[in-house]
Amino acid sequence: MTALCALFIRDLRLAVRVGGGALIGVLFFLVVVTLMPFAIGPDLGLLARMGPAILWLGALLASLLALDRLLATDHEDGSLDLILTARVPLELAVAVKALAHWLTTGLPLVVSSPLLGLLLNLEAKASGAVALTLLAGTPALTFIGLIGAALTVALRRGGLLLAILVLPLTIPVLIFGVAASNAAIAGPVPFGAPFGILCALTLISLVIGPIAAAVALRQGLE
Amino acid sequence: MRLRGSDLTCVRGGREVFRGLAFTVEAGEALVVTGPNGAGKSSLLRMVAGLVRPQQGQLELEDGDPELSISEHVHYLGHQDALKPSLSVRENLGFWAALLGGGGEKSEVALAAVGLAGLAPLPAIYLSAGQRRRLAVARLMAVERPIWLLDEPTSTLDAAAQTILADLMRAHLAGRGLILVASHGPIGLDGVKELRLGQQQSKQRTQPP
Repeated sequence: MTALCALFIRDLRLAVRVGGGALIGVLFFLVVVTLMPFAIGPDLGLLARMGPAILWLGALLASLLALDRLLATDHEDGSLDLILTARVPLELAVAVKALAHWLTTGLPLVVSSPLLGLLLNLEAKASGAVALTLLAGTPALTFIGLIGAALTVALRRGGLLLAILVLPLTIPVLIFGVAASNAAIAGPVPFGAPFGILCALTLISLVIGPIAAAVALRQGLE
Repeated sequence: MRLRGSDLTCVRGGREVFRGLAFTVEAGEALVVTGPNGAGKSSLLRMVAGLVRPQQGQLELEDGDPELSISEHVHYLGHQDALKPSLSVRENLGFWAALLGGGGEKSEVALAAVGLAGLAPLPAIYLSAGQRRRLAVARLMAVERPIWLLDEPTSTLDAAAQTILADLMRAHLAGRGLILVASHGPIGLDGVKELRLGQQQSKQRTQPP
């Protein structure tokens, strides 16, 4: 337990220190969302209708952008070798790393989404719905991405490959995230159904992600 | 405690590195692995650490902790120092002490022993190559593990640090520990066994004292 706590605290520290990249995702999110009104034009009704989709798309891309820091840096400096000799199950070790990664890259996206919602002419209720669905959905993006990060860990500069690999697996999260947001804003579908599926996707990825990532890392040994 | 490898074959990247390798290390013994570049010294150490899978053959540990795998018994000091540049010297060592051994009580002593006590609050990015290596060596002291796997441990270390490392190794052997060292040069220990890796010969012999 001490070992896993130490890993968790160290990953949080690394993320917020110089070069940790915790804010890169949020900045990217900000850039994508602020550019949208310029591209679409000053049609407030259209912006409000597209708002949830734009926010979700931005959050998805920002999550993918940050994924290559999840395991690759530890592999490059030899830390991963030592983590493999630690007396903790590898599944738990990678789960702890993914959790710390979500707290420093996923949670800031959720927190900043209501603010960015203002730029898209979203009402308070709509912004709240998007933030809630992001809170429920972004852990799934991180934990699905964990599998991709483990598969591409040995590749130098494998960031783009990682994003392409993970993208298809995140499409269900995107669909139900946006569907739940729209259901809360406009209906007619009840909010509960797509939101329930979104939560289920997250729970599944929380279980499958670490196990699959540990298998991938062990297979990657050579 | 005894570590035995038998009939080990290592294939990396489709190329056979060594075949039919056998060795035994008893408690309190050091085995120096020598051989030309590419002979498989690092691969052998990584294999014992559980980081490379043997194509065939077996590694066995007698009288170890039956709850733990061989790789959970080892200290692996590889070519890379596994240090994070943005963490301080103390944070780096404290993290590895907690992750590998579940405690950081001996970290300060270890830092003082390798001569880095004065640099403890400094971010590791400011360390020289030799100081980074010293910090990696401090890991061996901060956490007790019975099997040490040292890959070229003396590279980048100055004479004083090599003496410190040799003293550490002697103390570890006196405490019934096992050491496998891959090295090209002398490591400062007397009467150690040598395992020579090469194209033809891969048999174990005892170095004349």
